[in-house]
Amino acid sequence: MRKIPQMNAQSPVRRTPTRAVNWNRIQDETDLTVWNRLTSNFWLPEKVPLSNDIPSWATLTDYEQQLTIRVFTGLTMLDTVQASVGAVAMMPDAVTPHEEAVLTNIAFMESVHARSYSSIFSTLCSTQAIDEAFRWSEENPHLQKKARVVLDHYKATDPLRRKVASVFLESFMFYSGFYLPMHWSSRAKLTNTADLIRLIIRDEAVHGYYIGYKFQRALERVTEAERAEIKDFAFSMMFDLYEIEEAYTEELYDGVGLSEDVKKFLHYNANKALMNLGYEALFPSSVTDVNPAILAALSPNSDENHDFFSGSGSSYVIGKAVATEDDDWDF
Amino acid sequence: MAGLVYYSSGSGNTRRFVERLGLPATRIAGEIRVSEPYVLLTPSYSDGEGRGAVAKPVIRFLNDPANRALIRGVIASGNLNFGEHFALAGKIIAAKCNVPLLYTFELAGTDDDLARVKQGLDTFWTRQRSIAP
Repeated sequence: MRKIPQMNAQSPVRRTPTRAVNWNRIQDETDLTVWNRLTSNFWLPEKVPLSNDIPSWATLTDYEQQLTIRVFTGLTMLDTVQASVGAVAMMPDAVTPHEEAVLTNIAFMESVHARSYSSIFSTLCSTQAIDEAFRWSEENPHLQKKARVVLDHYKATDPLRRKVASVFLESFMFYSGFYLPMHWSSRAKLTNTADLIRLIIRDEAVHGYYIGYKFQRALERVTEAERAEIKDFAFSMMFDLYEIEEAYTEELYDGVGLSEDVKKFLHYNANKALMNLGYEALFPSSVTDVNPAILAALSPNSDENHDFFSGSGSSYVIGKAVATEDDDWDF
Repeated sequence: MAGLVYYSSGSGNTRRFVERLGLPATRIAGEIRVSEPYVLLTPSYSDGEGRGAVAKPVIRFLNDPANRALIRGVIASGNLNFGEHFALAGKIIAAKCNVPLLYTFELAGTDDDLARVKQGLDTFWTRQRSIAP
C-alpha cells in the first residue's frame, strides 16, 4: 500500500510548492476532451426505470435468475476493484494535473457502476438471493482469480503495466458479464436493465480509450527494448486472463448453452482492448463472429454493418438533428 | 488515381488502419488543401447526445470550399460501445456534403475491414472515373 502524504504533517524541507490544477493551461488537449466527454455523459441509476423490468424478471426461470444475479455480482466486484484500487493506483503515474482529475472522475463513475447493480438487485431480487450471490462471489475461484491477477499488477511498481491491466479490465474482463443483459435484451427481456448496462458499456469505452491513449504516450518515452518487453507482457497477460475468462464463462453459461457464443464476444472484445493499447488484434475473424443479435443489442439503431461497397449499404437517417449543429461548420 | 484523406487522433487507430491499407494518403494536420478527388476517412467522437461527433480539424478542413468540392465519399470508424452514435461522424459528413457513407469499422479495423475497404475503394474509383468527365 502506498503511503498517503499527510496534508498537515510538519515537513522540515519543502521542496516543491503544492500546485493548483489550472484548466486554462492545458498540456494535453486529450485531458480536456475526455473530461468534457465524461462529465457530459454523467448519469445515475435513478435515471433508468428499472422497476418496469419486474414483470419480465418473473418470466426467467430460477436458474436464469440466479445466473443473472451472479453475473451482476461479478461485474460489481470488478467495478469495485477499478473504483477503489485501479483508478486510484494510476493517479501517482499521471503526467499532468488534468490527468489526475480525469482519473478521479473515472474512479467515481466506477463507484456509480458498482452502485447500479445494487439498484438492479433491490428492484428485482430478494435479500436472500442477493446475499447468496455476494457469498458466491467471494467463494468463486475464477472470479477471485480474475480480481487477484489485476490487483497484483496494480500493486506492481510500473506505470505502463498498471495501464495495461486497467485497459484489460475495462475493455475485456467485463464482457463475459455484459454478454448476459445483451442476450436478454435481444429476447426483449430486462430491457430497462439493458439500457442501464449500455450506459456502463459506453463509459468503459471512454475509459479504455483514455488509458490506452496515455499508455501509448508513455510508451513513446521508453527505450525500444522496454517497448518490446511491455508488449510481451501485455500479450502474455491477455493469454492468462483469457484462460480465466474461459473457465469463468463455462461455469456460468454451460447450463444455458451459451458458452461458445460468449467466447466469440470475449475474442471480439480482447481484440478491441489490444487496439486501445495500440496493438494488433490477436483473434482471427473466424472466432470473432459475434452473434448479430448481440451486436444489435449492444448498439441499437446503429446500422453496424454499413457497407456501401458491397451494395448492402442501406440509406441512413441521422437520428438527432442536434448532432449536425456544430457552431464550427461554415456550411 | 484519386486520393485518400484521413484524420487520426492521439489513439492512432485511424493512422494504423491507413498504414496497413498501404494506399497513398494525406493526413489532416494544420492547414491543408487538396487538389484531386478523395475519400475522407475519419474516426467519430461524440457524447451521449451525439454532440461533437466530427473532430474540429475535420470540420476546418471541410469548411474550405475547395476541399469540400472534391470529396466523393466518407469512411468512418468508431466503437459499437457508443450505441446509436457509432461512427456518427460519417453519417453527418455524408449528409452535409451529399456523398455516400462508404463503410464503417471499429477502432483500428480488422483484416477483413482492410480487405473490404481496399477492394471497395478500387471498384469505387473505377466507377467514378466511368461517370465523371
